[in-house]
Amino acid sequence: MKERKTALGADVLLRVEKPERYIGNEINSVMKNPEDVNIRFAFAFPDLYEIGMSHLGIQILYDMFNRRDDVWCERVYSPWPDLDRILREEHIPLFTLESQDPVRAFDFLGITIQYEMCYTNILQILDLSGIPLHAEDRTWDDPIVIGGGPCTYNPEPIADFFDLFYIGEGETRYDDLFDLYRICKKEGWTRKRFLREASHLPGIYVPSLYQVTYREDGTIDEFRPVADDIPATIKKQIVTDFDRVTYPEAPVVPYLKATQDRVVLEVQRGCIRGCRFCQAGMVYRPLREKSLETLKKDAEALLKNTGYEEISLSSLSTSDYTELKELVNFLIERCTKRGINISLPSLRIDAFSLDVMSKVQDVKKSSLTFAPEAGTQRMRDVINKGLTEDVILKGAGEAFRGGWKKVKLYFMLGLPFETEEDAKGIAHLCQKVADVYFDIPKEERNGKCSITASCSFFVPKPFTPFQWAPMDRAEDFLDKAHIAKDEVRTMENQSCIRFTYHEASVSVLEGVLARGDRKLCAAVESAYRNGAIFDAWTERFSKDAWDRAFAENGIDPAFYAHRERSADETFPWDFIDIGVSKSFLQREWMNAAAASVTPNCREKCSGCGAKVFGGGVCYESQN
Amino acid sequence: MRVRIKFSKNGSMKYIGHLDVMRYFQKALRRADFHTSLSGGFSPHMIMSFAAPLGVGLTSDAEYFDLDLEEAKSSSRMAEELNRQMAPGFRVLSVREIPSDKGSKGMTLVAAAEYEVRLRGSVLPEDCGGTRISELLGLFLAQKEIFVTKKTKKGEREIDIRPLIYSLSYSDGTFSMTISQGSSNNLKPELVIGAFAAFAGVSAEKSDMMIHRKELFADRTENGTHHFVPLDELGTDIKEGIDS
Ligand code: SF4
Repeated sequence: MKERKTALGADVLLRVEKPERYIGNEINSVMKNPEDVNIRFAFAFPDLYEIGMSHLGIQILYDMFNRRDDVWCERVYSPWPDLDRILREEHIPLFTLESQDPVRAFDFLGITIQYEMCYTNILQILDLSGIPLHAEDRTWDDPIVIGGGPCTYNPEPIADFFDLFYIGEGETRYDDLFDLYRICKKEGWTRKRFLREASHLPGIYVPSLYQVTYREDGTIDEFRPVADDIPATIKKQIVTDFDRVTYPEAPVVPYLKATQDRVVLEVQRGCIRGCRFCQAGMVYRPLREKSLETLKKDAEALLKNTGYEEISLSSLSTSDYTELKELVNFLIERCTKRGINISLPSLRIDAFSLDVMSKVQDVKKSSLTFAPEAGTQRMRDVINKGLTEDVILKGAGEAFRGGWKKVKLYFMLGLPFETEEDAKGIAHLCQKVADVYFDIPKEERNGKCSITASCSFFVPKPFTPFQWAPMDRAEDFLDKAHIAKDEVRTMENQSCIRFTYHEASVSVLEGVLARGDRKLCAAVESAYRNGAIFDAWTERFSKDAWDRAFAENGIDPAFYAHRERSADETFPWDFIDIGVSKSFLQREWMNAAAASVTPNCREKCSGCGAKVFGGGVCYESQN
Repeated sequence: MRVRIKFSKNGSMKYIGHLDVMRYFQKALRRADFHTSLSGGFSPHMIMSFAAPLGVGLTSDAEYFDLDLEEAKSSSRMAEELNRQMAPGFRVLSVREIPSDKGSKGMTLVAAAEYEVRLRGSVLPEDCGGTRISELLGLFLAQKEIFVTKKTKKGEREIDIRPLIYSLSYSDGTFSMTISQGSSNNLKPELVIGAFAAFAGVSAEKSDMMIHRKELFADRTENGTHHFVPLDELGTDIKEGIDS
């Protein structure tokens, strides 16, 4: 048998941590003959292999692209710093996992951008591939670099590095782009011509074809296309009928234990809830469910084709799936007798979910998770989190009586309109949960209960009602965290309550990049040159590299993170049309200020604008 | 019923670490729809044990694990069905029934292993200081004792490896050896070649060696002489009649 080639020799592979990250050959990875295809697509996830392999989106597109006979889609992940150093020292170009060929020779380099803290890793991938960092410096010797994923809902801080962005769900428009590319190659277009033609495709944003001018105060004066044939707004592209798009029935199964080491079954996309801090809840509107039949079929195929020993349901709020009971019963029936575990994250805690969970997990060992997000009812009304104290305490009570004794509560600090009382409220809520436990007669309790309150730092995101909000400074956040922590210490059952909070400086940077504009491209590049990569990894994050990067480019991070925006400001992301209107978001911002609750899509449509897509929950009652 | 599965691991698959190989086979067994016995509890697992699994960087034609099954098919059919689930580089060589008692576990029976080692490039020239490698090897083995420093968890220790080398020969750039393997007296091939290189006056690191395992043996000693039997020969084929 002919031996598979690897881009790296044994001398390199045996020197790096976990060589399995770089050799490919996984079950269900797709091999094709390069001679037989017209388009070679390198799909990059700019983070470590184990993280990237856990991501569903890349598997969906990998499968979809490879169904085309004329396309070979391959994968690439960020080399960890140990290999990064060797590649630079020995001048080895970055390669894809399947063919092990250099990325630069590909037609497309697609990069999925899941979080702001991977921006420097994007530059690492370009740099190690030998592709010029700036789109304007590229020629046909370089691939077309295209970005997709949640961060493209504000692509401006990385606009200089991309030829194209794809705005929306990839399942819908890539075919058009590939077809256009084939015409381009056949007719020998210039790169410029290709980009111009691509800009006419729905959902495709070509940053070089737009001009931005700024006012004296640094805000945007005007954002417009350079010519009349280029669309002034880009409308996000979404799937309206999930029963008619493909789902990867045979996802690639890594050898290494990935973060998600299980079958992931996406039950729906979007969310009816309308939490005001949540970007995913807005940009994925409207909620679209998959049919029970489709899900059963997919689950069956996925388990069979991967051999995973666990299946997990995925969505923003799985409890809202209308046929959840039937789906879960089907899975229990199918899985438990074959020794396959079922994991049910993001389920609301109630009688039904507790019953299901007691069937699929060891209640003594597992912990239950609540996400009240805020400590007081007033604050939960501000953020439109429809979870009341009653529901939490009732759920906790049922759980404790059912044998659970570990409870986790997730909170955010630094939310708009937050006061000291709200921070203290976190401690009070934890105590009330403890009260519920100690109300149970002693002989019926099993041991000590443990309540963990975990706080993260709120980051305002584009396309949310809080896009106008100033973000707290790191010191404000830490103050509030200390207030909450001190309050916990005064609680009667403080010994059962653990209080933890996340790093603040990374969140502030995330806040800067999330609502940034094109001027930030220079800072991202400088940060990379100053040595910042893997910023999402707390132990690798270098605040200094970023501080210097901002200073070198005369950028004040506070302008982006901590400034309150006026109602009529033009935002860098305003040219994107997500369906949900700016006026709706503004209305919600006012409702937040008044702590007034907005009903969810199933209770009452609030006319957010997402109905224009012609599908999903907006049309449910009309069926 | 317990079966012993023998497989090979070649090419780039030598970079897959042992725990990942184990997880890989668990998935392959589920894809092939094997009816494996499961432990109880909320996360039941297969009952499998590997015999002297290899570390990262070594290739092998003789990796073994023992597995408990609820229901079996014929040996040839099971091997074929598993092979349909293998990634290039892995190949199932045999599936044979073994006794279910503790003493028959591959893990406890392993006593020796056969390896081939090649050295990269010019680490050890064919004509080493005027003496041919094969001649040098004769002198090396004629020593009564061969002391090497072995790194252990507790620090370094001098041990005599001569009694643990059952055979060692050289031809055409390849060293072949049968050496002691198992829970007691486990000898690593790189240690043997390292010692020989030192004897020849050069230094050879593990990274200079391409190491390939040819076989794993149990020791069926009779009258004081070693009698090495490959682990798969301790099992019996399950005949075709069982397949419906
Ligand atoms: S249009 Fe109405 S139902 Fe549709 S997503 Fe918006 S609020 Fe929900």
